Amino acid sequence: MAAVSTSPPELIYFSTRSGNTHRFIQKLDLPARRLPLEREAPALEATGPFVLVTPTYGGGEARGAVPAPVIRFLNDAGNRALLVGVIAAGNTNFGAAYGLAGRIIAEKCGVPLLYRFELLGTDEDVTRVRKGVREFWTRPS
Amino acid sequence: MTTATSRLTRVHAINWNRLEDDKDLEVWNRLTSNFWLPEKVPLSNDIPSWNTLSEPERRLTIRVFTGLTLLDTIQSSVGAPTLMPDAMTPHEEAVYANIAFMEAVHARSYSSIFSTLCTTREVDDAFRWSEENPALQTKAELILERYRADDPLMRKVASVFLESFLFYSGFYLPMYWSSHAKLTNTADLIRLIIRDEAVHGYYIGYKFQQALAEASPERREAVKAYAYDLLLALYDNEVAYTESLYDEVGLAEDVKAFLHYNANKALMNLGFEGLFPAELCDVDPTILAALSPGADENHDFFSGSGSSYVIGRTVATEDEDWAF
Repeated sequence: MAAVSTSPPELIYFSTRSGNTHRFIQKLDLPARRLPLEREAPALEATGPFVLVTPTYGGGEARGAVPAPVIRFLNDAGNRALLVGVIAAGNTNFGAAYGLAGRIIAEKCGVPLLYRFELLGTDEDVTRVRKGVREFWTRPS
Repeated sequence: MTTATSRLTRVHAINWNRLEDDKDLEVWNRLTSNFWLPEKVPLSNDIPSWNTLSEPERRLTIRVFTGLTLLDTIQSSVGAPTLMPDAMTPHEEAVYANIAFMEAVHARSYSSIFSTLCTTREVDDAFRWSEENPALQTKAELILERYRADDPLMRKVASVFLESFLFYSGFYLPMYWSSHAKLTNTADLIRLIIRDEAVHGYYIGYKFQQALAEASPERREAVKAYAYDLLLALYDNEVAYTESLYDEVGLAEDVKAFLHYNANKALMNLGFEGLFPAELCDVDPTILAALSPGADENHDFFSGSGSSYVIGRTVATEDEDWAF
């Protein structure tokens, strides 16, 4: 089947006050929107296919690994239907739980876990994700 | 010299229901739920494995753990307490109190390993070695100098470098043994320490970035330059330390790749870009696998080189689905 679109999917991401994931997104220089930190803020809605980028929370357990604002966002069926893949940030110091939020979302939502990176991401991570997101989108399925 | 004018000047009863920075509670919860003691790890199961190590391998292992003990002792008795007067919130102080205690648990853990596996004489020899090894003493002095100086930002920089960089010349060895199916219980204990240090480095680095954002552009540039200078000074010394320990067993070059990889992560915890290019950070995959047991699948879906990727069935999700 031919490519669906020439423009890559939007990135929708969450980043806490520490801003690690936000810094990574800035380096990617791809269309991206940030989920609001505050519960009271107006909810963000997906308007087209998107890749979700999220940090992993907690000390290595499944419980609490996915940040609450990401859960709230994915609990909207409309948003979930447009999710095409997930990228997770984390730290290999957490062992098997490295990027655990990505694995949980991939399993629950039936989408591939596309990539994992640590902290702000390295230059190599930026190159791979930038190229990967474009190619993933134009790949014949 | 800039000092934090908004430092806490008097003590108020701490109210955890009124937060100025919700990161304090998030990290407090993470640290307290990660709490552990060395008694939880069945170290004595490693005795048969310990007996298969050669005499130089045993000596190396004891020395490496003695070096780690010194760093944990510094962090517990000087590093974390030094950060307390710079705290911007009472909750931040409480987090440092937790870090100080946990570092004491780490330091105590190495003695548990020693008393389980080693003779008193071997251990006494290693502690004597630690007092006399120039690179180990220089490492301690480079950090302690910054802890003593009146620059709150550089105290945090030094602290993050200790937590996120200096430990790794030591952490390499138990991961190496674990990848060879040796001292696997000891490796389990070290992995608990590695997990704690990640949270410590992340949090202190976060507080550093908050404080740096308040500084003038000139001051920010100066601190950044100091930070890279300190990292390079520590790095040169780590190379000497690594060679003095690992040359004998032929592992020094592999340890250095692990040092580069972790130096970059330490800089990232401060919000700075890594210094060492990817080709110098090519850590032996068996060491990374030992760091993340059970997580050996490659999740680089993009490159197509991954051994597997996770994909599940689509299911409706509700709030309670995620509460597990």
